[in-house]
Amino acid sequence: MKISQRIDHAFKYALVICLSVSVLTTLFTIVMMAGESASFFKHIGLDDFIFGTQWTPLFSPQSFGVLPLVAGTFFIVIVGVLIFALPLGLMVAIFLSEFASLHLRNILKPTIEVLAGIPTVVYGYFALTFITPRLRFFIFDDIQVFNALSGAIVVGIMLIPMISSLCDDALSAVPLELRQGGHALGATQFEVITQIILPIASPRIIAAVILAVSRAVGETMAVTIAAGATPSLFVNPLESIQTMTSYIIQVSLGDAPSGGLIYQTCFAVGALLFLITLVFNIIGTKMLHKSKMVL
Amino acid sequence: MILRKLKQHLFKYLCLGVTILSVLILFTLIFHIFMTGKDWLSLDFLNNYPSRHPTQAGLKSALHGSIWVVVLTAAISIPVGVATATFLEEYAPKKSKIFYWFQVNIANLAGMPSIVYGLLGLAFFVRTMGLDRSILAGGITLALLIMPMIIIASQGAIASIPLSIREAAYAVGARKWQVVLFQIIPSALPGILTGIILSISRAMGETAPLIMIGAVGFIAFVPESVHDPFTVLPIQIFHWVSRPQADFHSLAAAGIIVLLAVLLSMNLLAIIIRRQRHKL
Repeated sequence: MKISQRIDHAFKYALVICLSVSVLTTLFTIVMMAGESASFFKHIGLDDFIFGTQWTPLFSPQSFGVLPLVAGTFFIVIVGVLIFALPLGLMVAIFLSEFASLHLRNILKPTIEVLAGIPTVVYGYFALTFITPRLRFFIFDDIQVFNALSGAIVVGIMLIPMISSLCDDALSAVPLELRQGGHALGATQFEVITQIILPIASPRIIAAVILAVSRAVGETMAVTIAAGATPSLFVNPLESIQTMTSYIIQVSLGDAPSGGLIYQTCFAVGALLFLITLVFNIIGTKMLHKSKMVL
Repeated sequence: MILRKLKQHLFKYLCLGVTILSVLILFTLIFHIFMTGKDWLSLDFLNNYPSRHPTQAGLKSALHGSIWVVVLTAAISIPVGVATATFLEEYAPKKSKIFYWFQVNIANLAGMPSIVYGLLGLAFFVRTMGLDRSILAGGITLALLIMPMIIIASQGAIASIPLSIREAAYAVGARKWQVVLFQIIPSALPGILTGIILSISRAMGETAPLIMIGAVGFIAFVPESVHDPFTVLPIQIFHWVSRPQADFHSLAAAGIIVLLAVLLSMNLLAIIIRRQRHKL
């Protein structure tokens, strides 16, 4: 009996050690980010970084204003998530949860989720060799090889499954009685969806959008391949831009000496990226849980 | 009334149209890549090292690198991830503040951009711990990256195991570790496996964190230990995409076919396991 009891304790402590790994990951991330950015901000003023409008750390005269990178990132987010992924993903979710038969749903849902399993480098390739040439041929004949628009479109495509699956959950969680009540009053299905289901599901739909925004902010390879490496504050969708993530990749591909100022810019930009995504994630998950409890 | 019915029909077909469009995008993507890359696929392509000349270039070092990294990643992340999930579901007091914070922490780790994991790997494993640009540094970084996914999936699977299984095991005198190890984890295995497969396929497709830790060199040899430098499939594809010549783009497409073939069959396996579980 005693040995078994000891195993019981040992087993539990082994599990605790494993649990500590995820806590330590967070701790080390914060410590590393803070440490490396602190040495960066010894050389560059915090307000020059946050409010500066020129980002030219790799050639002289060096300038470290992060706003052009933020502008590039948020162009991708706004066009990718709000113009492409949200309307498309939401309509897919409405079709799957309100219109499709169970059989059709069982085929379509996993098929669309395949989109989520495709690596981002593949999306980058698709944007560069398929979307941009088609855009040039059909709509904008002066579009550059690397352009913000195709980057945003491809980020929108890769986020469709995330939005549609979160919205699908949100719509399915609306109680049946409310739908039946609407139908009993003579409403068409369209009216039930737009006037009853969507308003009730809206907190969770907003939560889905916030989580998708966070994902788009951190999206790296597709944007690096498709959208180029030219920081610009006033984004022209047909021209090359640079996002926070693609700057970090640009530096890692070069041979900046580790420990130098250029190396540290990565951590300063990375820390900003980390903070932005953290805020969006916390708000998003909070909203998701709150609205789950209400229903 | 006619107008209302019209709206209803228009809306329905709009939603149907968008759903079909999403599926079409998927097929267009796969078709475009297949048509571009299919002529470059051959046994030589899998057996050659990367080269300046597109006709002689191949995936050998990337394939070996991917296998090394994924095996290492799995070896670290699966036991630690499943153990963490087990602790949170079976041992931690669910209503306590600390349990809540553990959950918040894991949710945030799951949402952290992969490039931030890359920065962590670069600063901590490559520099502080001196692992250099090795398979070990890459494997650990990716293990941390997919661990939250494994934890969340395993937690879901463990939480769905009915209480009666636990009670029956306790009733015949089993200790907690025996209940967990011999009853709960085996019953939750299909769900855990689905999560593991999806996480591993995510790790196989990751590019950014490995670029961060410096897996960007021209690698024309096969790694022999975890301390060797390496390249992986997505990075090799990225290198080819970055070249301006059309031949290299076709090579990239051929590389993507190989990568997608592996990833999609893993996804399919996950779907099959999930279906099986629902039948039970």
